[in-house]
Amino acid sequence: MSETAYVAKDMIAPRAAPVRTTGVLGFVRTRLLNSPTNILLTVAGILLLWLTVLPAARFLLVDAVWHGSDRNACLPATAGGQVGACWPFIHAKLSQFVYGFYPEPERWRVDLTFLIGAVLLIPLLVPRLPAKIVNAWLFFLAFPLVAFVLLCGGYGGLAIVPTRLWGGMLVTLVVAITGIVASMPIGIALALARRSSIPLLRFGAIAFIEFWRGVPLITVLFFATYMLPLFLPGNFSVDGLARVLIGVALFAGAYNAEVIRGGLLAIPRGQAEAASALGLSWWKTTWLVVLPQALRHVIPGLVNSFIALLKDTSLVSIVAIFDLLGQLRAAFADPAWSSPTTLFTGFAFTGIIYFVLCFGMSRYSLFVEHRLNAHRRN
Amino acid sequence: MTGEIRRPPFQPGLRLRRALGGTAGWRGFALQVVLLVALVWAIHAIIGNARANLAAQKVASGFGFLWSTSGFAVSQALIPYSESSTYLQALLVGLTNTLVVSIVGIVCATIIGFLVGLGRLSPNWLLARIAGAYVELIRNLPLLFQILFWYLAVLAALPNPRQNISLFDSVFLSNRGFGMPKPIATAAFDPFAAAVVVTIACWIALHVIARRRLFATGRQTTVWPLGIGLLIGLPLLAALIFGAPLTFEYPVLRGFNFAGGLRVVPEFAALALALSTYSGAFIAEIVRAGVQSVHKGQTEAGASLGLSRAAVLRLIVVPQAMRVILPPLTNQFLNLTKNSSLAVGIGYPDLVSVFAGTTLSQTGQAIEIIAITMAVYLVLSLLTSVLMGLYGRRIARSMGT
Repeated sequence: MSETAYVAKDMIAPRAAPVRTTGVLGFVRTRLLNSPTNILLTVAGILLLWLTVLPAARFLLVDAVWHGSDRNACLPATAGGQVGACWPFIHAKLSQFVYGFYPEPERWRVDLTFLIGAVLLIPLLVPRLPAKIVNAWLFFLAFPLVAFVLLCGGYGGLAIVPTRLWGGMLVTLVVAITGIVASMPIGIALALARRSSIPLLRFGAIAFIEFWRGVPLITVLFFATYMLPLFLPGNFSVDGLARVLIGVALFAGAYNAEVIRGGLLAIPRGQAEAASALGLSWWKTTWLVVLPQALRHVIPGLVNSFIALLKDTSLVSIVAIFDLLGQLRAAFADPAWSSPTTLFTGFAFTGIIYFVLCFGMSRYSLFVEHRLNAHRRN
Repeated sequence: MTGEIRRPPFQPGLRLRRALGGTAGWRGFALQVVLLVALVWAIHAIIGNARANLAAQKVASGFGFLWSTSGFAVSQALIPYSESSTYLQALLVGLTNTLVVSIVGIVCATIIGFLVGLGRLSPNWLLARIAGAYVELIRNLPLLFQILFWYLAVLAALPNPRQNISLFDSVFLSNRGFGMPKPIATAAFDPFAAAVVVTIACWIALHVIARRRLFATGRQTTVWPLGIGLLIGLPLLAALIFGAPLTFEYPVLRGFNFAGGLRVVPEFAALALALSTYSGAFIAEIVRAGVQSVHKGQTEAGASLGLSRAAVLRLIVVPQAMRVILPPLTNQFLNLTKNSSLAVGIGYPDLVSVFAGTTLSQTGQAIEIIAITMAVYLVLSLLTSVLMGLYGRRIARSMGT
């Protein structure tokens, strides 16, 4: 041990207060400008926004043409200077984008179908409202039947409207909703068959699922359009839209099956074993115990596959069915509206529709997932 | 008391039931028989109907049409093809075009995906937000919409070939596609190529030596100045001794379009752009999930060892995240390959467009053509999953799991 000890005699000068890390200034300092790399990235980011968001906003709102009756309104010569979005084009083509070539006096039927759909769908989506089961049966079973009668006609004095006259949003929604509704039972059946202990059923399900998942949807649509009619008896013809719907439902069913299978795998064996110990049959075990839990597990996955399906409906335009995107292309071909900004305007309009639908679905699925997992968070 | 293992009694009847009908027993067996009968009946009916329908349409079935002359031209062919080629060659042209656009798309999408996915996790708030907005925007728009947007709106808005945008008079941008100088090998190419190969071999050897030394002595050796020196020096030396290894054929404006040089059709550009940005957004989400699956303590431990953020990502986080990333990434690659079939929407001569489009409408052999097309995609899918399975096994082994 040494004898010397050191005792400070002077006060140490106080240090400056640390740099603020809270508030707006602190936020900018810590999240945007905290290192040379980050300063560079921030500058690059601002530059990127400057070059994309600003021109887009200018195009859609500031420089846009709002009134007019034909392409002349959207030509730089008449509008003067910079021309942005040509909204009169959308206004003129709106009925085509919504109804396609559905005969004008019959369009109330489409409107009524949309209205019934909305009235049934909205209470289904709000968790607080009661009678979910009745509501679900109405929407998933009764609504498609009513919609079919209303849209096709032929009953109760309604004139028949052939599906080749349908188009636009109508077709997009018909394909998407039919696909969603029809693919669920197919998916559940395939998922259960794939887990079955009966060899032929299992191998059949595996082969079916892997086949549909291995080929692109466009070949499925080609299959449905060109090959399916050859497989049916000659005097038996299937409507063009119905063929595509069959193809889409099988395709989406195979994808749903894999999602649902994931949910079935997540349910502990004990649940099914407990149910059989109580004396429930296989059907009752599956229907009352396993499936409800499994489906609840995979809601996010199912919604993702529904979003994919909604986006994939645009492919039907390739096999000459005029959905929203098909109508857009048809509208571009109209010489009465050809102007330098027609294309961008049309893409902006349809893009916003698709984005709102898909983004809305994904947000809603997040919300549901959050609610269902509420008990697990704490 | 010594417990004797009691074997279950031999029950041949039960075994047989299990083998024939699974846990459902005889009922399962009956179900299988019914299924089999239904399947056979359905196939029989389909074949019968198809035969009757084809006879009514006077279409000869069979694959003989593959050897007859196609009589149509395609805008992009990487293998020799002309209008007098057969339908089989048309099929191969379509397949190579599909593969080319898929591979280009996969490479670009992976790069975009990793950049955006890591950018979304960046401490820089603005960058994270921009990356997030990109992912949300791209994922919520249909792919066909994006392909058409690039093709009809963006690329078509480029000036025509006469008012092209050119870079150093060698790279040309116009609404008829891109033109680039096409490299042509000269006599001096072989020594040059040999020099490049030797350089790469030396570079790898240097790395191995440096790594061995690092493990043996713990001392780091800087090899990259030597490596770069080799990389520039040796090929340069070869070029100086033997002369220029490549000459370039420049695209020239002839009439209304370019001739010569290496040209990329606008359909290819639009498709590759749309596929790589679209799949890139999905891959970004996969990368983000993978990186977030790595425990936070790993990053913190790396940081406390004094590694920079980039080094932590590269050496610690990403290698561990790869285990989680790889299976869904394979899926995205498959999806991209399948999505390349949307080429038919803009007329890029891919497999579906050339074969299931033009050839089908010319010959009317719907069954054969669609069956071949589907089979090709199935084989591509299987091949990719087998390859990625092998790679996954390698990663799992190197992880010691």
